Amino acid sequence: MIRAENIYKSFGDNKVLKGIDFTFEAGKTNLIIGKSGAGKTVLLKILVGLMTPTEGHVWYNDRDLTKMSKEETRELRMDVGMLFQGNALFDSMTVEENIRFPLDMFTNQKMSAKKDRVNFCLEEVSLEGINDKFPSEISGGMQKRVGIARAIVLEPKYLFCDEPNSGLDPKTAIKIDELISELTIRQNMTTVINTHDMNSVMEIGEKICYLELGKLAWEGNKSDIMNTTNEKLESFIFASPFLQKLREKALKSS
Amino acid sequence: MNPGFLYHFGKFVQWFPQIFSKPENWRMYYKEIIRQMYDIGVGSLMIVFVISIFIGAVTAVQFAYQLGNSFIPPYYIGYIVRDMTMIELAPTFTCLVLAGKVGSNMAAEIGGMRQKEHIDAMEIMGVNTSSYLVMPKLLAALIMIPILVSISALVSNLGGYLASVPTGFYSHSEYVQGLRSFFIPWNVVMMYVKAFTFAFILTSVSCYQGYFVTGGSIELGAASTRAVVFSDILILIADYIIAIVLTL
Repeated sequence: MIRAENIYKSFGDNKVLKGIDFTFEAGKTNLIIGKSGAGKTVLLKILVGLMTPTEGHVWYNDRDLTKMSKEETRELRMDVGMLFQGNALFDSMTVEENIRFPLDMFTNQKMSAKKDRVNFCLEEVSLEGINDKFPSEISGGMQKRVGIARAIVLEPKYLFCDEPNSGLDPKTAIKIDELISELTIRQNMTTVINTHDMNSVMEIGEKICYLELGKLAWEGNKSDIMNTTNEKLESFIFASPFLQKLREKALKSS
Repeated sequence: MNPGFLYHFGKFVQWFPQIFSKPENWRMYYKEIIRQMYDIGVGSLMIVFVISIFIGAVTAVQFAYQLGNSFIPPYYIGYIVRDMTMIELAPTFTCLVLAGKVGSNMAAEIGGMRQKEHIDAMEIMGVNTSSYLVMPKLLAALIMIPILVSISALVSNLGGYLASVPTGFYSHSEYVQGLRSFFIPWNVVMMYVKAFTFAFILTSVSCYQGYFVTGGSIELGAASTRAVVFSDILILIADYIIAIVLTL
């Protein structure tokens, strides 16, 4: 379980987060959604410790991330994997070297064991046989999956994904969503995804946190969304006339 | 408001101890040090060779011009070229050029990693990025740059010889006699003090500029330029201070 407690974050006079209280549930796919500029990425970076909040606490079970020393934070990060919006794959390394990097850095395993683990992670993301390719030689969707493989190579307890669907076609985006959701269940991780992709929200949102102008404006799950009366959330989720019609039909049929 | 020198100096002083924290995995750091040594050392060999030949040649030609028909013995040419290049020109000139070549490269490499979120990705993995990205570069530079400076000092003497002897300014024996005269071992110490100091300056300043870069490609270019400009200025200031401290 990860809990954001009364999180405030300001950059100069610009108040980006204004008192966020939210619990990301263990073993589930948790989503942070909201319009551009709502503070999703800032909240995600605070949750993983890449930014410090101006005020508030981040709890990993009973451990307060904001009070940890650098060594304690590094120790906690052994349990954390993250998929970045731009993948953050090291361009000068092959796919295998990218995925193996955390193993090389933090384990004393033999090379054969490390290669087995890399191959297992590649199988998990359905990318067998591309070990020797460089990130520039594979598609954007494959790069995302390599990023996921690298994020799970140390068997993390927590997986964070920053806009995992950005720049992908709808079909590939759905596959990435399904993959993250399946991995969350298979590896019993607590997953936090920052997204504004409506497919993700409706497909994999087991717990959803909706931010509006730096405040928590709504929380619930994907089935609550259809029946929501929260005007702000409605205007965000059902922004297009097509989705509005779909919703009306769904509500009528139910 | 644009933060000034004191702000950056304070930030640098706070950041610097993180570079020397215990490595997560010595083998990874060792591999990175070797890679950096190759990049800095072998990668800079040609430019150092070329500039050193010309440093020696120009020193010899200009000294010959200044000597003119004076009563100073002609063999002094070798002595002057040797000491001028060893004490001043080889370490300073080489490091000014390396600040442009190696320093800007380091700033761009680390800054690029910052912008592509590679540094954040490593931090999330639990890597001490200040240490992993900077310490190998610093150690490699502290090993390779003094070697490059030694090579520069040697090659400069060759440059002086090529500009003096085959062209007929001086004879082979005059030049070699000069090279072997009035040798003071302390001058070698001075050369290495300068080489180590300048290596430290150009690496740490460049890595700092790259590590804390914010913004996009224009800011990265500006950081790379600042790395060279600040390194060059600090090298020249340090050169003056070392000259005062070690010669007075």
